Amino acid sequence: MMGSENLDSEEAHMYASREEMENLVLDEPSNNNNGTKSFSDYRSAMSSLADTHHPLSSPMAEPADSDPLLTPPPFRDFRNPNVATDNSSYIEPPSYSDVIFSPFDENAVNEINGVDSPGRSSDSSGFLSKSTSSSSDYVKITVSNPQKEQETSNSLVPGGNTYVTYLITTRTNIPGHNGSEFSVRRRFKDVVTLSDRLAESYRGFFIPPRPDKNVVESQVMQKQEFVEQRRVALEKYLRRLAGHPVIRKSDELKVFLQVQGKLPLPTSTDVASRMLDGAVKLPKQLFGESVAVAPHEVVQPAKGGRDLLRIFKELKQSMANDWGGSKPPVVEEDKEFLKKKERMHDLEQQLSNASQQAESLVKAQQDMGETMGELGLAFIKLTKFENEEAIFNSQRARAADMKNVATAAVKASRFYRELNAQTVKHLDTLHEYLGLMLSVHGAFSDRSSALLTVQTLISELSSLHLRAEKLEAASSKIFGGDRSRIRKIEELKETIRVTEDAKHVATGEYERIKENNRNELERLGRERRADFLNMLKGFVLNQVECVWIDIRPSLVVVSAYRVGISWVTIKARTAVVIESQEAVRFAEVEEQLIPFQLESHYTRKEAEMLEADFKNLQIGVRHDVEGVEKEHMLTKQDEVLVAGVRGMRWDAVELPFQFRENLDGHCNALWRYAARYYIYEGDMPFYEEDR
Amino acid sequence: MEQQRSSSGSSHSPRSSSSQPYLSISVTDPVKLGNGVQAYISYRVITKKIEILQFDVCGIVLADKFSRNQGPEKIVIRRYSDFVWLRDRLFEKYKGVFIPPLPEKSTVEKFRFSAEFIELRRQALDIFVNRIASHHELQQSEDLRTFLQADEETMERLRSQETGIFKKKPADLMQIFKEMQTRVSDVVLGKEKPVEESNPEYEKLKNYIFELENHLSEAQKHAYRLVKRHRELGQSLSDFGKAAKLLGACEGHALGKAFSDLGTKSEVLSVRLQKEAHQLLMNFEEPLKDYVRAVQSIKATIAERANAFRHQCELAETIKLKEINLDKLMLTRSDKVGEAELEYKELKAESEEATRRFENIVRVMNEEIVRFQDQKTQDMGIAFHQFAQGQSRLANNIADAWRSLLPKLEACLS
Repeated sequence: MMGSENLDSEEAHMYASREEMENLVLDEPSNNNNGTKSFSDYRSAMSSLADTHHPLSSPMAEPADSDPLLTPPPFRDFRNPNVATDNSSYIEPPSYSDVIFSPFDENAVNEINGVDSPGRSSDSSGFLSKSTSSSSDYVKITVSNPQKEQETSNSLVPGGNTYVTYLITTRTNIPGHNGSEFSVRRRFKDVVTLSDRLAESYRGFFIPPRPDKNVVESQVMQKQEFVEQRRVALEKYLRRLAGHPVIRKSDELKVFLQVQGKLPLPTSTDVASRMLDGAVKLPKQLFGESVAVAPHEVVQPAKGGRDLLRIFKELKQSMANDWGGSKPPVVEEDKEFLKKKERMHDLEQQLSNASQQAESLVKAQQDMGETMGELGLAFIKLTKFENEEAIFNSQRARAADMKNVATAAVKASRFYRELNAQTVKHLDTLHEYLGLMLSVHGAFSDRSSALLTVQTLISELSSLHLRAEKLEAASSKIFGGDRSRIRKIEELKETIRVTEDAKHVATGEYERIKENNRNELERLGRERRADFLNMLKGFVLNQVECVWIDIRPSLVVVSAYRVGISWVTIKARTAVVIESQEAVRFAEVEEQLIPFQLESHYTRKEAEMLEADFKNLQIGVRHDVEGVEKEHMLTKQDEVLVAGVRGMRWDAVELPFQFRENLDGHCNALWRYAARYYIYEGDMPFYEEDR
Repeated sequence: MEQQRSSSGSSHSPRSSSSQPYLSISVTDPVKLGNGVQAYISYRVITKKIEILQFDVCGIVLADKFSRNQGPEKIVIRRYSDFVWLRDRLFEKYKGVFIPPLPEKSTVEKFRFSAEFIELRRQALDIFVNRIASHHELQQSEDLRTFLQADEETMERLRSQETGIFKKKPADLMQIFKEMQTRVSDVVLGKEKPVEESNPEYEKLKNYIFELENHLSEAQKHAYRLVKRHRELGQSLSDFGKAAKLLGACEGHALGKAFSDLGTKSEVLSVRLQKEAHQLLMNFEEPLKDYVRAVQSIKATIAERANAFRHQCELAETIKLKEINLDKLMLTRSDKVGEAELEYKELKAESEEATRRFENIVRVMNEEIVRFQDQKTQDMGIAFHQFAQGQSRLANNIADAWRSLLPKLEACLS
């Protein structure tokens, strides 16, 4: 059980970390990210390079050597290892409500997903985080309520500079956050900054790709539509970030999600400042004042105007790698990695292929649905027309059946549409992974650029060593000599030392990236497996389910059809018997009945004749129906449609008998009808009880 | 069609029975003959005469196919233009009868010899001949007998005699010329329209036929597109299956297995879809198309009726004129009275003939429309039934296939 001091310390930790956070944010806003901090203290940065969330790591943080990637870090472990085995931890403050609700919620959703509603999968927190949702810590991010705002500062064109901010609400139970629910307003630029910062700080990780800037679309598209689209994209992106086991704990994300007001992340990636940065350093480098690369900088890839000389050097190195034939001192030695890289490449190919096919599949399904709908509509029209214009009754009889088919077709089209929406949702996983492949590429190129840096530094080092040796040899020859030479040697040695340091840092960075790559590959593999399996299952379930809904109306139609056709067949076969003869007789009788009804002055004799007519009719019908019965029993024909009782539903077979029964009833009624007139005349009393 | 009430007794069986010859015709074995532009498809037309024994039991007719007498089989080789010949002949001779339609000529050379087109045509020709053979009037026709029995050379001779406008009989040419003349004079004299029958019921019928054609052809168009969609869906499903298989090969292990299972199932389903598309084409789209053609043939009959009516009216007009003329001559006691009288009588006879012909057409058409509706209702019913059945079968298959995949995935997931 939890000791109270544990609780206290935890809360203390919470507060501490929050305080730290606030301090970090408010007091030294320019200093709160990994990069700048490590600039100021290179050694400490070195020691904490492995620890990816350094600035927030309190004394209670995990040791640097425990790999946060290999063991997906449930926060309980993080706080207190005992809790992991203890179920009562669920009812432990401060995240009581969240913990109690979230897993169940999640499970419930998953269960529904699994059983009958694949459509709700989007409700669970982000697509790619599904596999991690089993652990009890979670981050739920919603992006909502886009708002238009005016650019306040230095807008050249007044009124032309509006931007949209989005309300980003986070619910979480990961400690280190400012409470369990908070929200901030952010604009798209902030998201760009976040992603740039993440890309710099987490080299070698597969960071989910940021939504595109869509400069063209923002001009072309309807404003509202565009904003909504971007909102959805942002939400997806942030959820995916939160789903990433390392990035979800990153300071950048925390700050982004929590800190009110302007985003305090320094926009060091701003092109202007970078140019300025590089420009300041450029003269120095050009004058050869310091040939060595500042050690802290090698952890960053050479890009932009930051370090032109380094770019030149690295370019030379890569040229040498490609053309010189001289084997670079450090090569990609990790065979397994190469193999994996190859596989990733393959995978990407196949993914893009599959996603393309999925797209065309979806398209085909949609077309199918549409055509089915159109066909259904055409049928409905045809049916309506037949019904209205019908000259013969047989047309009407069939029209009802056709209408059924038509409605079924329209319904089927609707189901196709639903099915399609679901399919899109499921196969979207393919697209997402295709997108993720981009970041995998990014991570790999991080790795190769780090490798290049290492190679450059090593070759530079060797050339420096060579120069130092030469100088030393020369100075030893002169003996005792030259001060300037000695000074040069000293300088050279200093440079060598610095470069050596830089090399160490670079190698460390390279190793780190390598490690990150490896871990990320593993994680990706794991998550992909789960996600893909989920996708497949969803897709398959979906097909089964929707198809089943689809089939039901048609089945009904089929059976209705059978009846219809059987009836027509019977009618055709007994046409003379039932339809014509009896109908004619019926009509005759009814014709006789009209004056009968009107006048009701029939003599007894006439009434008797009428009665006889009815009786004849009844007997005739009974006779004919018996004939049909016999026909059923006697005929054995091969064609289903005309084959007696074969292939028919029993109600269809029953129909003629039904007909007879009805007619019997009818006749009895008529009889009584006739009898009434006897009663009128007063001399047929025994019919009275029949009445 | 298989049974007719017969009351004549016979010693054939203890019950009264009668035998009714019944032609069972099948068009089979399409074979491509000749090559290049001259190439054509020939069909084997097999005729069997079947005697159906009918029993009349207490006023109920029973047809028993078991005790049928298999007549001798007659096999002839026919090509499409022979069928056209038969139809033209029937159309000429049986005015007012809705002659069953022929499948249309293939307009696109590329598809002329595709297996699907040939099969569709074979089926349509089969239906065509059988419809003629089961029609109570048409089945008596001499031309049908010729078509079914004459050897190939005779057929060829007949065919080459009859085709083309220039080989028509002179009387026909005269008729055409006359029609042209009246049409021209109508236009010149400013007559609004040629004389038309203005019987509300007939108008209604005409309207109905025209509308029906529109509706049917629309439905047929959509049905055809549905067939195409089935094919496309099948194609993309199979592509998707292939892609999934490749992806599976990339993944390996259980996941790879799952993917390749999915791929295999997709491919299987794709084959199903293709099959279903074929079924749909044969059993649903084709009957619809058939009825579009049938309606067109009815329209031809309507045109014939209009022609006959016009002819009759014209003759009536001429007679009136002649009568006036005759009266005048009678008054003037001209010598020409006898001649004119003769002419008048001839005309009168001709007019009566025309009237009779028109009335015959009307009568036949009235019978025919009933038959057509019955037939249409039944055929449409079957087509729709096939459609619904096919769709539900397909849906069932798809559902089954996917469902069979579920346990594997479950196993994979857990």
